[in-house]
Amino acid sequence: MNFSEVFKLSSLLCKFSPDGKYLASCVQYRLIIRDVNNLQILQLYTCLDQIQYIEWSSDSLFILCAMYKRGIVQVWSLEQPDWHCKIDEGSAGLVASCWSPDGRHILNTTEFYLRITVWSLCTKSVSYIKYPKACQHGIAFTKDGRYMALAERRDCKDYISLFVCSDWQLLRHFDTETQDLSGIEWAPNGCVLAVWDTCLEYKILLYSLDGRLLSTYSAYEWSLGIKSVAWSPSSQFLAIGSYDEKVRILNHVTWKKITEFEHPVTIANPKIIVYKEMEKSTRVETESLAFPPARAQASSLFSTQSKYDISQVPVTLQYVKPVTDRANPRIGIGMLAFSPDNCFLATKNDNIPNAIWIWDVQKLKLFVVLEQLYAVQLFQWDPRQPRLAICTGNSKVYLWSPAGCVSVQVPMEGDFQVLSLCWHSSGDSMALLTSGFLEVWKSLQPHFHYMNMI
Amino acid sequence: MGDWKTITVPALSSASKIAYQNTSEKKMSPSSLNMQQVLCSPLPSYKSMHSFFSAFCTEENVEQSISYLNRELTTLGFPSLYSECKDKELNVVSVLNCMNELLVLQRKNLRAQEEVEIQHLKLGSDMDHLQNCYAKVKEQLEASRREIVGLQERDRQQQCKNRNLHQLLKNEKDEVQKLQNIIASRATQYNHDMKRKEREYNKLKERLHQLVMNKKDKKIAMDVLNYVGRVDGKRGAWKTGKTEARNEEEMYKVLLGGYEQRQKQLLVENAELKKVLQQMKKEMISLLPPQKQKPKERAEDGIGPVLSDMEEDAVELNKENMWELSCETVREQLTNSIRKQWRMLKNHVEKLDNQVSRAHSGALNGSDVISREDHELETEKLELEIQQCKEMIKTQQQLLQQQLMSPCDDDDTSVLLQDCYLLEERERLQEEWKLFREQKKNFERERRSFTEAAIRLGLERKAFEEDRGAWLKQQFLSMTSDHKNSEHVKTPSAYSGSSDPDNQLMNFRSRQKKPHCLPSVHPSEDLCQTIQHIPPNSNSSVVLNKTTEDSKPKQWKGLNKAETE
Repeated sequence: MNFSEVFKLSSLLCKFSPDGKYLASCVQYRLIIRDVNNLQILQLYTCLDQIQYIEWSSDSLFILCAMYKRGIVQVWSLEQPDWHCKIDEGSAGLVASCWSPDGRHILNTTEFYLRITVWSLCTKSVSYIKYPKACQHGIAFTKDGRYMALAERRDCKDYISLFVCSDWQLLRHFDTETQDLSGIEWAPNGCVLAVWDTCLEYKILLYSLDGRLLSTYSAYEWSLGIKSVAWSPSSQFLAIGSYDEKVRILNHVTWKKITEFEHPVTIANPKIIVYKEMEKSTRVETESLAFPPARAQASSLFSTQSKYDISQVPVTLQYVKPVTDRANPRIGIGMLAFSPDNCFLATKNDNIPNAIWIWDVQKLKLFVVLEQLYAVQLFQWDPRQPRLAICTGNSKVYLWSPAGCVSVQVPMEGDFQVLSLCWHSSGDSMALLTSGFLEVWKSLQPHFHYMNMI
Repeated sequence: MGDWKTITVPALSSASKIAYQNTSEKKMSPSSLNMQQVLCSPLPSYKSMHSFFSAFCTEENVEQSISYLNRELTTLGFPSLYSECKDKELNVVSVLNCMNELLVLQRKNLRAQEEVEIQHLKLGSDMDHLQNCYAKVKEQLEASRREIVGLQERDRQQQCKNRNLHQLLKNEKDEVQKLQNIIASRATQYNHDMKRKEREYNKLKERLHQLVMNKKDKKIAMDVLNYVGRVDGKRGAWKTGKTEARNEEEMYKVLLGGYEQRQKQLLVENAELKKVLQQMKKEMISLLPPQKQKPKERAEDGIGPVLSDMEEDAVELNKENMWELSCETVREQLTNSIRKQWRMLKNHVEKLDNQVSRAHSGALNGSDVISREDHELETEKLELEIQQCKEMIKTQQQLLQQQLMSPCDDDDTSVLLQDCYLLEERERLQEEWKLFREQKKNFERERRSFTEAAIRLGLERKAFEEDRGAWLKQQFLSMTSDHKNSEHVKTPSAYSGSSDPDNQLMNFRSRQKKPHCLPSVHPSEDLCQTIQHIPPNSNSSVVLNKTTEDSKPKQWKGLNKAETE
């Protein structure tokens, strides 16, 4: 494992280019493009204000920097460093900006969700889409980039508009049977659109690309409903995490529930492996870690200060009693993600913030539970293999694979709190982001051999 | 009560017998009247009667009393006291008879009275008992009455509570209803408000939109150096009806593509399942024939081959067309044949099961059963052995622990004890000991050679002494005073020259001492010896174990023999 030197970073803005060649990061109003291999600075762009959002175009040729405060988007080209483009939304303001899948159009959402402006880099044409709905997952592109689904709200009713991305023509427009739509998401195969209602009501609707309602699913009534939704990469399963601390899996044939995963505080099944992170002070003990080969590399550089123990079941996990009389209670499944090979599902129950559940999708059973010392901030699957990276806001990164799990100390002096991380598309390296002006690189060797132990 | 009766009845009868005897005696010998009087004497009213008798009849009123008695007796049905023939003459015989009868009567009455008294007593006790019972029952009754009252009270209270609860429930229900209504009304209100707000919001948005967008905001603009080409290199097309149609078409293509893919997946899955089915079928067929033909030949000779023919046809057909044709006829045939064969297989398995059970129940004395018994015996034996081994191990452990735990008084024994457990050390010590032994041997050899040398030296010295004596003598004899000094100087040199062997001897002695010292210097050698001697004693546990080991297998052998026999 190689750790790069630390780079400055502001507001956690750091992204690998889709082709995996570059890394973009922001320091205040500067955008720095580095080569992924040697981390040398390739380009340095200066924006007009502090950058609040960056995004690579799909072909990695352009990068947009949004400055919401000033209502400006600046686009830079990697091929032509002197090329520039500035989009000013003027008094309409700007709250969100994103690329269209073709990498030649930019969709800007104005303040108060008045409209979405589609700017083209190829032609002078500008398109407007009115009545976008003010919700978190209001825009969704199909994976092949052909279609865009947009949640709309007009006359107190929810609508979905399907656009053809190539010429921004409206393909379908239909109303949904939702009280207050809160999110939409395409299945990876681009044929089914999942639409879910506000958390006040458990309701998920599935629409075909041509606007037909395929199915409606509601698990219960009178209680807080859906909190998170995730499609499996094969489009075969739709996992729905809800406030009742359960994940329900729908199948793609009948759109009925196959199974539901509960997240109890006590794990009693002896077949489930529970990894518990333990604080370790002495170096000698770290050498008797679960990963003997890791010490050769890791402990020669630094002393690992925590390790995983396999707990004896039954295990009672740390539980935080949610305040139920407040809005957005910390309860229920807030995060869930399928592994890229479709084999595992990682979930996090917000009222057991230190634990990650990993489910075996083939057996539809709980496989592993990881209990961390601190609350899980983020987890992300390696885009190439079933390997999960976790950060908990301390100076460690945790990796899990079916072979086992390991905690890796970031070899930095001082307070280095990993708040976020992103994988390189090859799965070989990973960027660790902190709130400070720090940024760390970790090149994970392609043969991550210590992970194959045990 | 019953007891009383059974006891009294024979007593009574005996008494009556006695009485009867008495009467017969009386009858036979009237002279025994005195005795009768004696018998009667215990009567309680004897004295009073006597006095009454004495008062009743005096000398003066004999006649009157007789006549009175006569009257009385006749009224009671006795024969007249007077003789019939002679008027006013006392018939002694009848008087006596009367007396006797009276006496008999009296006795009878007495007995009856006694009986009645006993009965009375019995009844009295009965009465007491019954009264007791009665009292008890009455108490019980009272208690149960009280209980009933208590229960009734409680019941009443419960009912009261129940009623209250019902009331509460009803109230709660009402409350819930009310709240639900409130919630519903609130919800509608909220929705209404929301809608209103949203409309307002929309209006504002619209207004804002107009304001912001229609102002021809100069700021809303894109400042771009030059437009870049499209990813596909084509130029943007005009939006026309054609493009719309094309988009539709493409969308349906995508959808169709999706469905086709899914269908392909399903086909693959189907094919695989069919393959599995086919294989299963084949395996079934290969399993069945020998079993299948027999019952068919036995049961229905005519239909059997036809059926199998049909099956074969089906199989061939399936083989040929399975992958291409999934039409219903083929499917039906396939499922039917599979079903048939499955039935056969089931029957076969059932038959086998039956056979097994029959064999199991029927052939109790068969060889199989015996082998099984043997097997069981063997397992029992083995288990026993395991048990014994375990016990042995336990005892060994205990002994070991005891030895380890017991405080060792002298260091040697502790060392020895430790040695007992540390084979390595023991071996090492033994080796050392061997080495020492060899050394000792060498020393012995050396010593011998040295002694020999010493003897030789002694002899030489003697000769030399003699020589010197002679020489001194000579010297003395031929000595002058001047010569003397010079000679004195010489002698020591001569001494020194000759004293070498002596020195050697000294050296030898000092060396010779060493082996003697060795035991004291190296107690380990001693130890070795002691080890050699002691182990059997000190390693008592080991020895014990050995003996137990030695003895136990024998026992087992004996046991085994006994068992096998």
